[in-house]
Amino acid sequence: MRIEIRFAGFGGQGIIKSGIMTAMAACIYGGKHAVQTQSYGPESRGGACKSEVVISYSEIDFPKITEPDILVLMSQHAYNEYAEDVKKGGTIILDPDMIPNEKKLEGVKIFRVPATRIAEELGRTIVANVVMLGALTAITGVVDKEALKEAIKANVPKGTEELNLKAFERGYEYGKKLVEG
Amino acid sequence: MAGAFEHPFAVYLRAAMIPHIWCSGCGNGVILNAFIHALDELRMDLDKFVVVSGIGCIGRTAGYTNVDSFHTTHGRAIPFATGVKLAKPELEVVVISGDGDLFAIGGNHFIHAARRNIGIKVICANNFNYGMTGGQVGPTTPLEALTTTTPYGNVEHPFNLVHLATASGATYVARWTTLHVRMLTMSIKKLLQRKGFSFIEVVSPCPEIYGRRNNMRTGLEMMEWFRKASVIANFSDPAKAEITPEKIVVGEFVDIEKPTYEQLLYGKIAKIVKKE
Amino acid sequence: MGGDKAVLTGVHFMSGDIACAEGAIAAGCRFFAGYPITPATEIAEHMAARMPEVGGIYIQMEDEIASIAAVIGASYAGLKAMTATSGPGFSLMQENIGLAVMTEAPCVIVDVMRGGPSTGQPTLPGQQDVMQVKWGSHGDYEIIALAPSSVQEMFDFTVEAFNLAETYRVPTFVMADEIVAHMWERVVIPPPENIRIVNRKKPSVSRDDYMPFMPDDDLVPPMACFGEGYRFHATGLTHDERGYPRTQDSEVQTRLVQRLCDKIRKNADKIVRVEEVMLDDADVVVVAYGIVARSALSAVRRAREQGVKAGLLRLITLWPFPGKHVAKAAEKAKAIIVPEMNCGQIVREVERAAKTTPAYHVPKLGENPHTPMEIFAAIRRHG
Repeated sequence: MRIEIRFAGFGGQGIIKSGIMTAMAACIYGGKHAVQTQSYGPESRGGACKSEVVISYSEIDFPKITEPDILVLMSQHAYNEYAEDVKKGGTIILDPDMIPNEKKLEGVKIFRVPATRIAEELGRTIVANVVMLGALTAITGVVDKEALKEAIKANVPKGTEELNLKAFERGYEYGKKLVEG
Repeated sequence: MAGAFEHPFAVYLRAAMIPHIWCSGCGNGVILNAFIHALDELRMDLDKFVVVSGIGCIGRTAGYTNVDSFHTTHGRAIPFATGVKLAKPELEVVVISGDGDLFAIGGNHFIHAARRNIGIKVICANNFNYGMTGGQVGPTTPLEALTTTTPYGNVEHPFNLVHLATASGATYVARWTTLHVRMLTMSIKKLLQRKGFSFIEVVSPCPEIYGRRNNMRTGLEMMEWFRKASVIANFSDPAKAEITPEKIVVGEFVDIEKPTYEQLLYGKIAKIVKKE
Repeated sequence: MGGDKAVLTGVHFMSGDIACAEGAIAAGCRFFAGYPITPATEIAEHMAARMPEVGGIYIQMEDEIASIAAVIGASYAGLKAMTATSGPGFSLMQENIGLAVMTEAPCVIVDVMRGGPSTGQPTLPGQQDVMQVKWGSHGDYEIIALAPSSVQEMFDFTVEAFNLAETYRVPTFVMADEIVAHMWERVVIPPPENIRIVNRKKPSVSRDDYMPFMPDDDLVPPMACFGEGYRFHATGLTHDERGYPRTQDSEVQTRLVQRLCDKIRKNADKIVRVEEVMLDDADVVVVAYGIVARSALSAVRRAREQGVKAGLLRLITLWPFPGKHVAKAAEKAKAIIVPEMNCGQIVREVERAAKTTPAYHVPKLGENPHTPMEIFAAIRRHG
């Protein structure tokens, strides 16, 4: 089993960190092999940004992604760039408020999670990426829920753990509802 | 050799390296002499003393002094010395080099070491040109001076090193000529006793390479210029410390105290290590 | 200094840059001088945070020339010292790398390779400095260069680089790339007693008898440090065993430069490391290193599944070049495939060593290394 996940958006959305937390959850707290790689432009904020995670039961040779099983998209640019890369039968989780224009995609499962809006409701848009992680966990089961919570605690700034775990739970609930229809 | 006469300063020099490479009339010997007198008068611990130099005639000084010494690449004496000083702050680290080495190719290192107030000491022999490579224009060559690369007269404005060092943050700044041997020795003693980044410019004759192209064929003629033109103006405005054919402003210009980089850094390290 | 804070024993999820910094600290590095540059900056940032905790020095210098100069100074003052940079900074360091070679200053230089030439592609990977690391400074010399393929190896090889630098008194290089440096993976840091540490040989003679550049039988001279009372001289000029300049003496030049080369060449069997995978019966040998070796391994496995006798020779030491290993693998092989993230560099050395067996270069530039499929296709084409 080799699962490839790509997170994409713009700099400042916590895209890179999302990948790290997912990979860490799978690897350190989930007992699988995982590797995270990234690509970013010269801008610290606002530039196109992607973070890729490979999760596998066996050792990972090639650390990059060739055909993602799962796409987590948080900007229109990311959607335009990557939406068609997803594997046939794969999954796209996207923030519809950030991606007003969608194309027709066939053979792909699409889940729309208003992560930025949910994060706003929690008072901090910065946790939108963690809302997405919650949704990702509920929708795909690609990482264990408790493992991802551990990874979040290990990676977010001290003092923000509670807020982030709340964001994660909100995303998880939202994702669960989408799956259960 | 039992009974043989040994010069009282022989301990400061590596006899096997002598004779030196300097021309007759050159001021580098005077600078080395003043430096050794200062070491002797202060009874410095030679086991805890490092001399670093770059490339150029005066750069050979590191090899002549019988202490731990390093002769770096061109322009890099100061960053090398920075590494030594930070790694072992208990060592006295002195850079002795020339105007081209310290202020052209190495100019950036000079201003940053002064800004950080690294506790290294810099003595610059300013002979107004690149002596070792045969007399090319340098960052201190006066306007209109003739060198092998300014055959029609220099059109570059020279650095005022005293002003540059002061503006960069040096805590001790002085300028003397090789005529002012006693003042120079006194100044080097002060330089060695200061904690912060300290700098002495020594205006030094280069009759063979620079002087003969500029109507001063011998060391004596160059020293005559220093004698006529020098004006001692201690703690005067460094910006006005000019060097022209008519006037060489010498003296001490800055003598202040502020925390050194290594004091601040080691202070932080001590706190962090304790906290851990 | 540092004590238990120096080795973070345990299982971690780290980036390559952080693992490199931790490897250095575990190896005993207590001096870091550097200048910010993508994609090596995180090494400096991590060192800035960690060095004070272990009583070490971090300084950000005014440029890379100053950084390597300060590293050599700290090394001569007795500390294990390193710097980390990328292409443009690496170019600036070249002259003083020659000084470190000439004065036999043990030090470690990490080059996180990005796309060049010039400013190139700062945030993207490359393997374009693998010849520069060997030949970049003027004059004749030998160095040691290691190529990590994983975050774990960023830790392990940095430790090893310090050991090699201290053993042979030679600048030793960790030739990483943007992917390995920014990639996050699991890293296991062993307990301190399980990490092999080598320290430079110290002189056993008195000050009067000490000759700083008089080698032992292994061609490496014991090293006194500043402030230890030896009062010795070192220079970038050609020097005799006392360290005194001998700029007109052909015999001294021959003796010195030949020894600087020989201390690595004659110890090459002890230094060289490779990883050999399924080479015994390989018709097609893939020679790869760094991040590309991971794609190559995947491609070789795929080839085997399809009945193609492929094998991987992974170069761990790029320099000294594992020529003997290439020659041995080439003997039985029909073809050698050399995928590199450049337009053809290490392939030249492979060709020299492989003699009559043809070596085919597979170039790749830009964001991604070769995919396993791309290398597999080359195996098919030439196998």
